[in-house]
Amino acid sequence: MEDKILKIENFYAGYGKLEVLKNINIEIVRNKITAFMGPSGCGKTTLIRCINRMHELNKDAYYKGEIYLEGESIFSMEPVILRRKVGMVFQKPNPFPHLTIYENVLAGYIINGIKLKKEEKDRIVEENLKKVALWDEVKDKLYLRGTHLSGGQQQRLCIARTLALNPEILLLDEPTSSLDPKSTIEIERLLEKLKENVTIVIVTHNISQASRIADYVAFIYLGELIEYGRAEKIFTAPENKITEEYLSGKFG
Amino acid sequence: MKILKDRLFKFMVIFLALLTLFPLFSIIFMIFKNGISVINLEFFTSLPKPPGETGGGVLNAIIGTLLLIFFASLIAIPFGLLTGIFLYEYRDKKIGEILTTFVDITQGIPSIVIGIISYLWIVKKMGHFSLISGSFALSLIFLPIIAKSTKETLKMIPSYIIEASLALGISYSRTILKVVLPSSIGGILSGILLGISRISGETAPLLFTAFGNPFLNLNILKPVSSLPHLIFIYTLSPYDNWRKHAWGCALILIIIVSFISFLNKLFLKKWKIKF
Repeated sequence: MEDKILKIENFYAGYGKLEVLKNINIEIVRNKITAFMGPSGCGKTTLIRCINRMHELNKDAYYKGEIYLEGESIFSMEPVILRRKVGMVFQKPNPFPHLTIYENVLAGYIINGIKLKKEEKDRIVEENLKKVALWDEVKDKLYLRGTHLSGGQQQRLCIARTLALNPEILLLDEPTSSLDPKSTIEIERLLEKLKENVTIVIVTHNISQASRIADYVAFIYLGELIEYGRAEKIFTAPENKITEEYLSGKFG
Repeated sequence: MKILKDRLFKFMVIFLALLTLFPLFSIIFMIFKNGISVINLEFFTSLPKPPGETGGGVLNAIIGTLLLIFFASLIAIPFGLLTGIFLYEYRDKKIGEILTTFVDITQGIPSIVIGIISYLWIVKKMGHFSLISGSFALSLIFLPIIAKSTKETLKMIPSYIIEASLALGISYSRTILKVVLPSSIGGILSGILLGISRISGETAPLLFTAFGNPFLNLNILKPVSSLPHLIFIYTLSPYDNWRKHAWGCALILIIIVSFISFLNKLFLKKWKIKF
């Protein structure tokens, strides 16, 4: 029996009259990398944004159905609390432009007004920058603004900032789509290491990326979950014809 | 033919630009020429002499102007900032649109009208002219400038910065106060400085409010003098010494405004936030 951390049940979501997700049922396995894969506009980003309730911030957004984190409905939690447990990294690296690298790692504490001792701050910054393999590159310039870093470094800084809050789940919305191939590989390696401590859900439209890092793959097409299972199985013997066509590059 | 047209165009641009700059430079030249002769230590440190006598200074007006600006800022900056945040928050809603229109209209009210309104609301109620009524009148001119520039600056903060904050479990109000506002500090300060240089030269609203005072006054409930008001009074006077002092006041005002504009550039450079 695999250990499930997150359960999505009979879930629908959309904007106004536009239904983006239809009857999604999925269970996310703890400490594994699950990839949501599918062509542009299939709803994978909407789905991931529902998991930390960022979706409902959009204009006219609606949802129906349930999502359980460790058995508790996320819609009965305070969004602010939920988002500390379910962190998110975005497509475009978005460090806070007014904060230094050091402060960016601590942003979740500083901006929330949580007071920490100096030693504790130093520890959190070092620990999390090491987790994302950024420490050696930035340890001498911690007091520069986060926006001075390169795109790949900024994205790793954003991951460190999210990890600093010790989330249970890390959501990544196409985290490498604006990065060069070298930074992409670095981030992928990083995720494989990070899954020891955190469950990872990544959205990607890059099939080879999913095949490189994912343990589980969910293929979403036109708002429906077409197929979900172990990555090896989906990539070698997909059950559904649409999945097979997508993987073989017939569309997408 | 094309080259000729190109040259002609270039010539016209330069010629017209110089033509526009000419009056500007001649104004500054004239103020310097007439003003510099009265500028000395006494001018800054002593009070006006009775009409007809030479010498004396405009300390009362310099202090008055600084106090008027200070209290006007005290009123206008907090309200202006909050109004700006409100306009930004509700920019897509009906109420936001209506209020933006009102702020625009307020910004367009002639300053003499603002003066009359302040007279009716404050001077008449209090029964006498005062520094605070002058500051109130100036703050009415100041407030919409801050509100508008704050709204426009906040609008330039990309939504992904706001999302980054919310996704860290930071509440919306904290996101606005601790992420969006600090990221726009350069633009907001620039709006405030622009407003200060605007009100530092206002005369009309002070005629019926701060009124003027030949003595040094630090009491907010008493009338107070100011540089633009003194220029107005002195220029109309028949005394040579006073008219010379009016030029001196004009020079000080120009220097204050240039200094603010210099500060503005400095702040924009220092707090320029790269996204």
